[in-house]
Amino acid sequence: MIRVVLPAHLRTLAQTSDEVTLDLCGTVTLGGVLDALELRHPVLRGAIRDRATQRRRPFVRFFACERDLSHDPPDTALPEAVATGAEPFYIVGAIAGG
Amino acid sequence: MSGVRVLVGTRKGAFILTSDGARTRWEVSGPHFGGWEIYHVKGSPADPNRLYASQSSGWFGQQIQRSNDGGRTWTPVGNAFVYDGVPGTHQWYDGTPHPWEFKRVWHLEPSPADPDVVYAGVEDAALFVSKDGGQHWQEVAGLRGHGSGASWQPGAGGLCLHTIILDPGRPDRLFVAISAAGAFRTDDAGTTWKPINRGLRSQYIPVPDAEVGHCVHRIVMHRSRPGVLFMQKHWDVMRSDDAGESWREVSGNLPTDFGFAMGVHAHEPETVYVVPIKSDSEHYPPDGRLRVYRSRSGGNEWEPLTKGLPQRDCYVNVLRGAMSVDALDACGIYFGTTGGQVYASADSGDSWSPIAEHLPPVLSVEVQTLP
Repeated sequence: MIRVVLPAHLRTLAQTSDEVTLDLCGTVTLGGVLDALELRHPVLRGAIRDRATQRRRPFVRFFACERDLSHDPPDTALPEAVATGAEPFYIVGAIAGG
Repeated sequence: MSGVRVLVGTRKGAFILTSDGARTRWEVSGPHFGGWEIYHVKGSPADPNRLYASQSSGWFGQQIQRSNDGGRTWTPVGNAFVYDGVPGTHQWYDGTPHPWEFKRVWHLEPSPADPDVVYAGVEDAALFVSKDGGQHWQEVAGLRGHGSGASWQPGAGGLCLHTIILDPGRPDRLFVAISAAGAFRTDDAGTTWKPINRGLRSQYIPVPDAEVGHCVHRIVMHRSRPGVLFMQKHWDVMRSDDAGESWREVSGNLPTDFGFAMGVHAHEPETVYVVPIKSDSEHYPPDGRLRVYRSRSGGNEWEPLTKGLPQRDCYVNVLRGAMSVDALDACGIYFGTTGGQVYASADSGDSWSPIAEHLPPVLSVEVQTLP
């Protein structure tokens, strides 16, 4: 079970609270988690990754296990603690003022 | 008794203001989509309870929201705005090529006949249409493809398609305006387009009377005379009597002809409203006095309307989408400011009062006249 923590605006958009839990088979990758998240909550398509390019939106960051995974490629295997659900995968809206 | 619903888009959410036909007591609901930029909210003329809202964020991109109950509840619909084919490039501010990139929806224009048909004007400039209530969007590609797209250049607010007008008498005729490319018209439902900028002169481009490159801020039309258009250009207030084939300046005695917002009276096609702004680098009213100017002669002769508006120390702006009218008798005029006020006049502009005063900066104001 993968635990995903969303920023407040995306929780509102997806009409979910606290963590989103996802069940993935095989190697748990960064892109795989985002694909599964968007499959569960289609309204998040385009809100985390650009719809056309699938690139991370500039003001969105990915953190887990005290590491910044924002610039890792989609096929990056997430830490074991995230894959087992011991630690959450954080999607964070960057501090950008306004 | 009939009523009025005012749809207000702001930097931090949408607000809906409602009143009965007397227009003296207002209820405010919102913020809807708090924290998000709401560039535009507009109702369907065919079903007043069908609303569309453009919800966007620098962090989380674009959403389109739809309501079927007049804004009480909302459902996110489609947000895939994918340019047709290989999008190519337009000009960047310095004239170099820059790839076309979708950023946000500035304007939503529902069809007068079918609540499920709605047009979207987007940045970087393009026109999209949905025929299923906003679920799926398809580019009206003839606009960017007509030949001049590669030379379009953004204004300070971005390369935005901010105005869409559907001709009530000719379903195949649409007008759009783009900053800073100009005005365009199709007579075949979007297959082919032509620039309609003859008569515009802009000193900030190499060829002042070029076919495209003009920073058109707003165009308005009275539905009883779809061939007559009024335009607030970056500088200059203009008029066309031939559906945009040619334009002539009608700035007349305005204190400044720079501005953004514009409106036309619901029952008097020659009565037009503008809000003069000091200059393109000083986006506030001249002399710190917020004045709406009204022409009852279709331009050239303008009178200031000040009763109820701040006449000292006022340095707000009124943006291009932030003025609208109702269809009651007497006609109501509404506008919102970057200071978060929404002003209304229930007597065609003779007197004004704030109907909301402390909102986030107002981006757009649309008015629905309810049965």
